[in-house]
Amino acid sequence: MKSLLLWLMAACASASVAQSRPDMARLDHDLRPRQIAESTWVIEGAVEDFSRANGCNIINTAFIATGAGVVVVNTGPSRGYGEQQRRAIERVTREPVVRVLSLNLHPDYFFGNQAWADRPTQALQGSINGMQAEGRAYADNLYRLCGDWMKGTESTPSRQAIEPGMLQVGSHRLELRRLSGHTSDDLVLIDHTTGVLLAGGLVFAQRVPTTPHADFDAWLVSLDTLSRWITTENIRQVVPSHGPLHSGLGGVDQTRDWLRWLTTHMRESAERGLDLSEVLRLPVPARFQTWAAQPAELHRSITQWYPRYEQQVLAAPTPRR
Amino acid sequence: MTMDTLRRRLLMGAALGAASAPLWAADDPTGGDPLGSMQWPGLRKQYLGDAPMRFSAAVLVKGPAFADDAMNVPLLVDARGLSGVGGGVARIQVVVDRNPVREVLDFEPLKALPMLAFRIRMEQASPVRALVQTRDGAWHVGSSWVQAAGGGCTVPGATRADGSWSRTLNQVQARFFNNVLEGSRRLRVRVMHPMDTGLVAGIPAFYIEQLQLVDAAGAPWWRLALHEPVSENPLITFELPPQSGGGFRLTGRDNNGNRIDAEVIA
Repeated sequence: MKSLLLWLMAACASASVAQSRPDMARLDHDLRPRQIAESTWVIEGAVEDFSRANGCNIINTAFIATGAGVVVVNTGPSRGYGEQQRRAIERVTREPVVRVLSLNLHPDYFFGNQAWADRPTQALQGSINGMQAEGRAYADNLYRLCGDWMKGTESTPSRQAIEPGMLQVGSHRLELRRLSGHTSDDLVLIDHTTGVLLAGGLVFAQRVPTTPHADFDAWLVSLDTLSRWITTENIRQVVPSHGPLHSGLGGVDQTRDWLRWLTTHMRESAERGLDLSEVLRLPVPARFQTWAAQPAELHRSITQWYPRYEQQVLAAPTPRR
Repeated sequence: MTMDTLRRRLLMGAALGAASAPLWAADDPTGGDPLGSMQWPGLRKQYLGDAPMRFSAAVLVKGPAFADDAMNVPLLVDARGLSGVGGGVARIQVVVDRNPVREVLDFEPLKALPMLAFRIRMEQASPVRALVQTRDGAWHVGSSWVQAAGGGCTVPGATRADGSWSRTLNQVQARFFNNVLEGSRRLRVRVMHPMDTGLVAGIPAFYIEQLQLVDAAGAPWWRLALHEPVSENPLITFELPPQSGGGFRLTGRDNNGNRIDAEVIA
């Protein structure tokens, strides 16, 4: 009950923040860093699906001015976002940026890397491999979805592989931990100095989770791990990559609820003999209906994953004559 | 759409219309198509000739709001609304206006219900049509727009890309499901086949041409002709009468003459 209350308060607090107003004519994202803890800011993306109206800015990025340089987390969906992110950070702090982290391989985590060509851009090795393999396809897709907002953007994977572990940077005791399930390599950043946990793509809040590289079983295990960390390690704020910041388990619980529902829904539908066309038309439970990116994200997940459930249910090959 | 492309399409459509059906070319280059597609007049001429036709709400074509996977676009065609019209449904032909290969499949329901679920490849957003002929010869046309990023016809499928298709070619998986639709027994059939469109460099068209379900006495319960746009490893859903017994066989062949012949156990 207490965690629910905190969750609601956090959700209300973030809803009251002045919304940025992207200007399509000037390709201006109107990025507004918001301080959430000592020397820690987030730049919140729209809690929506990619669209031209929101400049395809749907991700929360963050930066920590440690006293010994700035650590940037995620670089947004485009070159333009990265450049504006860099200017927004320079307006807040004079410290130089010393490292730029991408928490996974998805394009909105690293497509702003062109703006950080002179800084160390870092990710887990598995994420870098994925960025290199899929960057071109991401670009095709985002140019189609976002149009001019993508101007000049070329997939620029992170250059340095990093390992999980402790990092003392200035006055901040940071820790990188590796989980998996949303992708095969999900980086989580914990700032032990401020109690801020940057959950990357493992946690979605009030928004349908994206699943193109999901391993549902591994993801559920990782959510249990995150729950334990959040409740036992003095974590005061959780920053999901998509959806409002909050304290407590609200986002973890929502993500778990969704993944369990989605996988059960697909398995049961396949056992009933439903076709993909029919499953795409089934209603979702009321508790999910108001989430952002509904139903587009649900349809993407079902289109990608339901055929595997269908195939499991069909019998082994029938005897040839 | 820019004004230039709009003008070009109007001109093209007008030219098509004029060539194929001068009666309405002057005022409506889409030939009365409720979806406003310039391709419709040519498509109608090609597939229906001068036979009587009407656009019909009794023919349902259900596609996704957006084709997230252009190589596997789920379609559901349901012409049960015509069961009492013109002696019932004789055949259902599915075509896609803007695909490089327009014909998708041609279904004779025979003893099955006139409905079918399957997946196709789409090269771009397009109207999808079900041309349904009743036994009296009349055509009833249902349509639906499917939005797509496209590209589905011109990239190799997964089993072609990794070479695994040859190990499973023409294997059949089939299963009956009861109680999905009232008054019907559902049969889902999957045949392993790369279904190459012929539009990927160096890979000739290679696809299943014919499938049918026959009973122990050799009588067909439905017949299906397939074309290149049907997705790799086709998974097709049929509705059979609830009292359909056991002992079926699925038979057919691909365009290279490879046979498909498998028992379907009820």
